[in-house]
Amino acid sequence: MATTRILEWLGRFYIVLLLSFLYLPIVIMAAMSFNASPFYQLPFEWTTDWYSSLWQNDQLIVATWNSIEIAVITTIISTMLGSMASLALYRYEFRGKRFLQALLFPPIAIPWLITGTAMLIFFFGVGIGRGLVAILLGHVALALPYVIVVVSARLQTFAPELEEAARSLGANQWQVTMRVTLPWIMPGVIAGGLFAFAVSFDQFVVSYFLSTPGQTTLPVEIYAAIRKGFTPEINAVSTIIIVVSMALMLLTARFFKFGGEK
Amino acid sequence: MADQLAVASRRGLRPALPLLLPAYLWLTVAIFLPLSAMVFFSFMTDLPLAGKEWAFTLGNYAAFFSQSIYSTLLLASLRLGLEVTLWCVVIGYPAAYVLAKVLKGRSREAIFLLVILPFWSNGLVRIFSWAMVLREGGILDTALNAVLPFKINIDLMYSYPAVIIGLVHSYVPYMVLTCYLTLQAIDDSLIEAGRSLGASRRQVLWRVIIPLSMPGLIAGAALIFVPVVGSFMEPRILGGRTGTFYGTVIEDQFVAVFNWPLGAALSFILLAVVLIILALAAPVLRRAG
Repeated sequence: MATTRILEWLGRFYIVLLLSFLYLPIVIMAAMSFNASPFYQLPFEWTTDWYSSLWQNDQLIVATWNSIEIAVITTIISTMLGSMASLALYRYEFRGKRFLQALLFPPIAIPWLITGTAMLIFFFGVGIGRGLVAILLGHVALALPYVIVVVSARLQTFAPELEEAARSLGANQWQVTMRVTLPWIMPGVIAGGLFAFAVSFDQFVVSYFLSTPGQTTLPVEIYAAIRKGFTPEINAVSTIIIVVSMALMLLTARFFKFGGEK
Repeated sequence: MADQLAVASRRGLRPALPLLLPAYLWLTVAIFLPLSAMVFFSFMTDLPLAGKEWAFTLGNYAAFFSQSIYSTLLLASLRLGLEVTLWCVVIGYPAAYVLAKVLKGRSREAIFLLVILPFWSNGLVRIFSWAMVLREGGILDTALNAVLPFKINIDLMYSYPAVIIGLVHSYVPYMVLTCYLTLQAIDDSLIEAGRSLGASRRQVLWRVIIPLSMPGLIAGAALIFVPVVGSFMEPRILGGRTGTFYGTVIEDQFVAVFNWPLGAALSFILLAVVLIILALAAPVLRRAG
């Protein structure tokens, strides 16, 4: 049994190593965003200059607002359309249902490079062109499958007798949906919405191909800045992004677990 | 179960249609039509825009097969995908095992969340964060020189290893996640039975645990291999001049060279390769699911 104990402790130590591998670069980036030297030189000297200079960078501010706006609209649209589709896939039995479910995987599985360039070609061809509208069209499509998968998972825990009971007590389809089904699947809908926000807010590849110089999102702007050369300003804005998306994910985890328990 | 389903499900596509249409129309306009358009454009000499002359051609595909640079780069990208996937298995599988079989209760939940958390933060930013660690005079360089008695120069930035490190960092949580899910489902009594029947730890690992968790390994491998083969941002940022891969060439066709039909053909070839790989992985996954 002694060997087992030793192996278990080695396992725990290994997890610590893995976690440091995962978090080390992020922590260093965050630390460097508070370092005075623009060339990331040590010794460390505390400053918040890089954060305050972000406020003077109009391009970044515009891109940030675009990112937030697109993420919010993407969340609203994809959560609504996605929840409706999940409900239909749950409630009705029809030919081709499995095919429709299978159609959800290409947007997740195909590399974004391919999806992004394909969207660029098509949107150009039909006259939508590039810009925020094109980016929004793309983001909603990328987020929809995630919403449908998450909401459908929650629906699996729903007892269909509840809908039947409400119906036999005289509720119509709309009342059944709004008063019985929707409250039950709400944790799933919220988790799906948070997923959608994360997918959109962090999306780089598709936005990159669909953006124009004036109409761009934050990750695209950061990529352009990195290719021009590293600056602590990028560290500062990157640190903010990491903190925001991790906080969002923690929130999602809360709802999703809540969704799984009941 | 069958009774329950009969209560819930009602037959017919017609009542389902109003609920389904908006989502699937959107997917059609933004995913499926573009993918079809890409195939169509890849057979054209030029984009049919603004009155430009165009004709059907096989030239874009001929370019892939006649100029060895494209197939060489595709092979380099496939190799990159394979290497990153292998490293993710080597690093991620043991971690998934410890999570599933050693840790219990709250600490397992917390650490599981910690492992998959960075995965949902911005991929571009995480790749960028490695630049600070890997460059000469960066953290790794400074830290090693502070500890070691002799002077060494660590400048991994803009090299092949830097691209590998960045990509493994980005994708290893996938492997931990999928392997954890299958490992957790293995009944502990199977492992104990193997041990009490006289199998060594190693035999239990190779004959019981690894075969039973194979679906998780395959799923993780597919989820990692496919996007890595199509990666272009990671090699650009961490690879510099050495970071030319199949994905960066496609990127160039669309943002620098503006040869969209060639870019479409190259994208479609990549899509075909990816679909073949997913099709090969599918039977294993279906058997598990």
